[in-house]
Amino acid sequence: MFTSTFTDAFALLATLDERVAEIVWLSLKVSGGAVLLGTLIGLPLGACLAVGRFPGKNLASVLVNGLMGLPSVVVGVVVYLFLSRSGPLGGFGLLYTPSAMVIAQTLLVIPLMAAIARQVVEDVWQRYAEELAVMRFNWWQSVTTLLYDCRYSLLVAVLAGLGRAMSEVGAVMIVGGNIDRATRVMTTAIALETSKGDLPLAIALGMVLVLIILLLNALAFALRHWAMRRFG
Amino acid sequence: MFPIRIQGLSFAPQDRAVLDGVDMTLGDEGITLILGPNGAGKSVLLRILCGLVEPSAGEVSWGGGARPARGVMMVFQHPMMLRASVLDNVALGLKPLGVAVAERRRRGMAVLERIGLAHRARDSAPQLSGGEKQRLALARAWLTRPRLLLLDEPTASLDPSATAEVERIIREIRTDGTRILMVTHNLGQATRLGDDIVFLADGRVCEHTLTQRFFSRPTSNEARLFIQGELPWNLGFRS
Ligand SMILES: Nc1ncnc2c1ncn2[C@@H]1O[C@H](COP(=O)(O)OP(=O)(O)OP(=O)(O)O)[C@@H](O)[C@H]1O
Ligand SMILES: [Mg+2]
Repeated sequence: MFTSTFTDAFALLATLDERVAEIVWLSLKVSGGAVLLGTLIGLPLGACLAVGRFPGKNLASVLVNGLMGLPSVVVGVVVYLFLSRSGPLGGFGLLYTPSAMVIAQTLLVIPLMAAIARQVVEDVWQRYAEELAVMRFNWWQSVTTLLYDCRYSLLVAVLAGLGRAMSEVGAVMIVGGNIDRATRVMTTAIALETSKGDLPLAIALGMVLVLIILLLNALAFALRHWAMRRFG
Repeated sequence: MFPIRIQGLSFAPQDRAVLDGVDMTLGDEGITLILGPNGAGKSVLLRILCGLVEPSAGEVSWGGGARPARGVMMVFQHPMMLRASVLDNVALGLKPLGVAVAERRRRGMAVLERIGLAHRARDSAPQLSGGEKQRLALARAWLTRPRLLLLDEPTASLDPSATAEVERIIREIRTDGTRILMVTHNLGQATRLGDDIVFLADGRVCEHTLTQRFFSRPTSNEARLFIQGELPWNLGFRS
């Protein structure tokens, strides 16, 4: 039974089963979208926390660090409340759509990406602050300059966000509803197929998930390696 | 902005006087060199002048008014290098002036020609040699057309030919109309570059005279000892 499960899983992958491909593609779109938004919001947010001088800065940093480990089901429930028919954003009819899943995952990855970005940018800011001040950089110019300078180190933040988004189940399950051919992604499919007893499909999806994450990490590693050689 | 009049300038963090009543006047042209033992407060003085450090007492009058928002630049001993190309680094100084990117690059390229680094424009700036980084930093400051340029030991740890190259650029910046105030420990450099010399010890200006005169007939005892390389280590500090 154990070995046959794996043989069947490989068979599913080898034939590029349409169901599998569809689920993988949706996963990539949803998590990719969330990480894209997370990059646009989380990284500048982290850099602002590193550079800015404003009251409550420490509190904000603690908050962001704390929210890093936010359980995905909690994010799912909160987004659900906002998007449900009676919720404040219910009118948009987003619940149980991929858009809702992107929103939930974006909220999930922002604190993680911001916290990493803050750490990375803060170290560099310590070294650059005086010279940027002499050149009369305002805080926003400093933020953009530092983000650019740290672009390769910040890949770590992007990867961490992608890893978090691709591997979470709770949020997409709640706001997406795991609807076949509509909102079913790899993690929710794995959970469902396992509970139904369709282990080959669950294993096949699991292998694809791990493979994608490994590939992305290898890519990032190569890019950082190249950057280190170029910029020392 | 000129003359810059420094009066009774003191800097005493935790009650230890680093600067203790510095008086000095800077006219609108030339190169003034600051000499003095380690810990005399030379770097602190430059930092106060560019607004990075607040003095604990005294004042600086910039041609009768407050320090202008722009026009004062400083080059540090270890200049920052963004992980980007030489051209991007040199053009960086123009970013806060609201110059468009294409124009920044054009002017950056022009200044790289003048400092002899045009052929390295596309190379990575953090991988330049110490001398090349120092030249890049000078160019970055020069590009913003400062009225006053503060240099903190720009040739420390450079070899003689790199030093000569940096000195050539400093002279060219001066000729371009920028007032230069520069710290050095290199007495040969002081005679080559300095129009006048400020000798700082014990938190005060012991002497401020023309270069010729400073080396031939120093009036203060500290300066005499310093030139002879015999300044006792404790003169630079104040207990
Ligand atoms: N921001 C600061 N806060 C407190 N103390 C400071 C600060 N900056 C400098 N100091 C102290 O002031 C003293 C003089 O420092 P400074 O760097 O000006 O010396 P210097 O004349 O430039 O010496 P060197 O020739 O070694 O560069 C040092 O003892 C230093 O610790
Ligand atoms: Mg110094």
